[in-house]
Amino acid sequence: MAEIVLDKVTKRYPDGALAVSDVDIQIADGEFIILVGPSGCGKSTTLNMIAGLEDISAGELRIDGERVNERAPKDRDIAMVFQSYALYPHMSVRENMAFPLRLAKVDKATVTRKVEEAARILDLTQHLDRKPGNLSGGQRQRVAMGRAIVRNPKAFLMDEPLSNLDAKLRVQMRTSVSKLQKRLGTTTVYVTHDQTEAMTLGDRVVVMRGGHVQQIGSPQFLYEQPANLFVAGFIGSPSMNFLPATLENSELHTPLGAIPLTDRVRRLAEAANAPREVIIGLRPEHFEDATLLDDNEKSRGGTFNATVDVLESMGSDKFAYFTVEGETATSAELDELAADAGSADLTDGGAQIITRLSAASQATEGAETTIWFDADKLQMFDPSDGRNLTYTE
Amino acid sequence: MAAIGAKTRWALIDIVVVVYALVPVLWIVSLSFKTKETLTDGNFVPRSWTLQNYVDIFNTTVFLRALVNSIGIALIATAIAVVLGTMAAYAIARLDFPGKQALVGVSLLIAMFPQVSLVSPLFEMERGLGLFDTWPGLILPYITFALPLAIYTLSAFFREIPWELEKAAKMDGATPAQAFRRVIAPLAAPGVFTTAILVFIFCWNDFLFAISLTSTEASRTVPAALSFFTGSSQFEDPTGTISAAAVVITVPIILFVLFFQRRIVAGLTSGAVKG
Repeated sequence: MAEIVLDKVTKRYPDGALAVSDVDIQIADGEFIILVGPSGCGKSTTLNMIAGLEDISAGELRIDGERVNERAPKDRDIAMVFQSYALYPHMSVRENMAFPLRLAKVDKATVTRKVEEAARILDLTQHLDRKPGNLSGGQRQRVAMGRAIVRNPKAFLMDEPLSNLDAKLRVQMRTSVSKLQKRLGTTTVYVTHDQTEAMTLGDRVVVMRGGHVQQIGSPQFLYEQPANLFVAGFIGSPSMNFLPATLENSELHTPLGAIPLTDRVRRLAEAANAPREVIIGLRPEHFEDATLLDDNEKSRGGTFNATVDVLESMGSDKFAYFTVEGETATSAELDELAADAGSADLTDGGAQIITRLSAASQATEGAETTIWFDADKLQMFDPSDGRNLTYTE
Repeated sequence: MAAIGAKTRWALIDIVVVVYALVPVLWIVSLSFKTKETLTDGNFVPRSWTLQNYVDIFNTTVFLRALVNSIGIALIATAIAVVLGTMAAYAIARLDFPGKQALVGVSLLIAMFPQVSLVSPLFEMERGLGLFDTWPGLILPYITFALPLAIYTLSAFFREIPWELEKAAKMDGATPAQAFRRVIAPLAAPGVFTTAILVFIFCWNDFLFAISLTSTEASRTVPAALSFFTGSSQFEDPTGTISAAAVVITVPIILFVLFFQRRIVAGLTSGAVKG
């Protein structure tokens, strides 16, 4: 139970490399906070600095109002779950979970009671006397969790704890991690590179890029009001569609055709002093098959015709992929996102648009379809610095 | 059919290798059981068996004294080399300190240095320092030449232990010393055993230093003492007793290795990380 405050925390390696720069995060007592970002963004370094496994170069880390920069990990009363689980292979599950208590010189009866309680919560009771080597991945993961919860620490730190599990188990464990955290009400800092985990688990999400915090907020807020191009592209799956556009006389000229600005967008763009050249962003769910809408609905947005490249039917929705002729949106942020997703060199002539259509849509692969989009949901970004021109608090 | 052919071929190769390695050993065992009269009859299996050679060597103080020297010197040298080697290897595997590459390079250099070329200078130095023909006079060079071996084997083992285990121990509230003692040391145990056995065999088998740096029973080890064996009279052939002594000093090594073989098996760290 603790409040953790990172006050301009910076990590600079001896060779001069800046891993984390001026990070300010205030984590409330009992909060579940997620650090998310592509690899190399400094999220794990930040977590290790909270743990005490890495020194803090500048700034202050406070736990419950006390400066802990100089304290050894063991004096911070924080438990950590590692990506690799880091179970002690020569000890049984029981000994693994009892290890922190035995180091803390807790008496034997209490150790037994606490270990058995933790084992019951995590459904490990029948495995207590086995060695980690004989356990499945999911069971090992639970033992690592057990070792963390057994001593009621002030906070849990989790470094991509689910990334070694297969997809199905990961979803299952995600729910149980969430339940466990709610039940124990312990402050938790959770690092992941998976934006789905970030969206589903956290009370608040911290998006990081290149050692800098990009935006902090609830998952829904980040999704609806990304502060910049990077957050917009990182949060959401499938990700937001970006297109280059020219802003002229309250109209956007885009590869999808001319889009008149709605009142909301115009007001925000004027307030933000939008440049002529912008990047517009539209989420896949803000598209719809035009044949399914009545005229009244259609008038709120624009339409365009395109040929469906690929159609993926998910049962509840259909994902339709289009290629739109013309320039693709380019910016440093988008390049980095593409590089992280490993799709940097996949763009071949024209911008790729992913749309989420309702299951009733009759669109078929290879056929031309009229697609409607909601112009009021459009977001506008400045290509030079990536800031969101339509951002509202 | 192909599988059977391959199996036969491998079996043949295996037999050739085993026979090649074991014939000289078995020949010595055979010699040690032969009577003086049949020693040179050229039979691989002795025609008449005797234990007289074994009785003889244990009746001489020369052999017993040398055995004590061998055991004492090899054990002390092994213990010191393994303790120093463990610390050095842990530092090399885990820490980044200035001069690390130089340390690794120098220890490699020592391992490659021809020992014969060092015998004369060592002989002079030890006589000057009063170490000649003493236990430390042999223990010191043994440690020197065993350390590179120990550091190399042990650092390979330490590298195998995931570093995250140490971090986890720290997070669980362990001091660095506790983390080493309760997590790292138990996991490194097979490596330490393996290294100890290798170092012990190196010290136990050494003949060059043993013959050059000793002159009396005070510190002469078995391999050196064997070369001084004579029969009960000057004209008697000591082959039988030498063979018996050779067998006696080989047996402890074999037992040692067989006994610790299970502990040497790697893979104790399985289950620590990943799935």
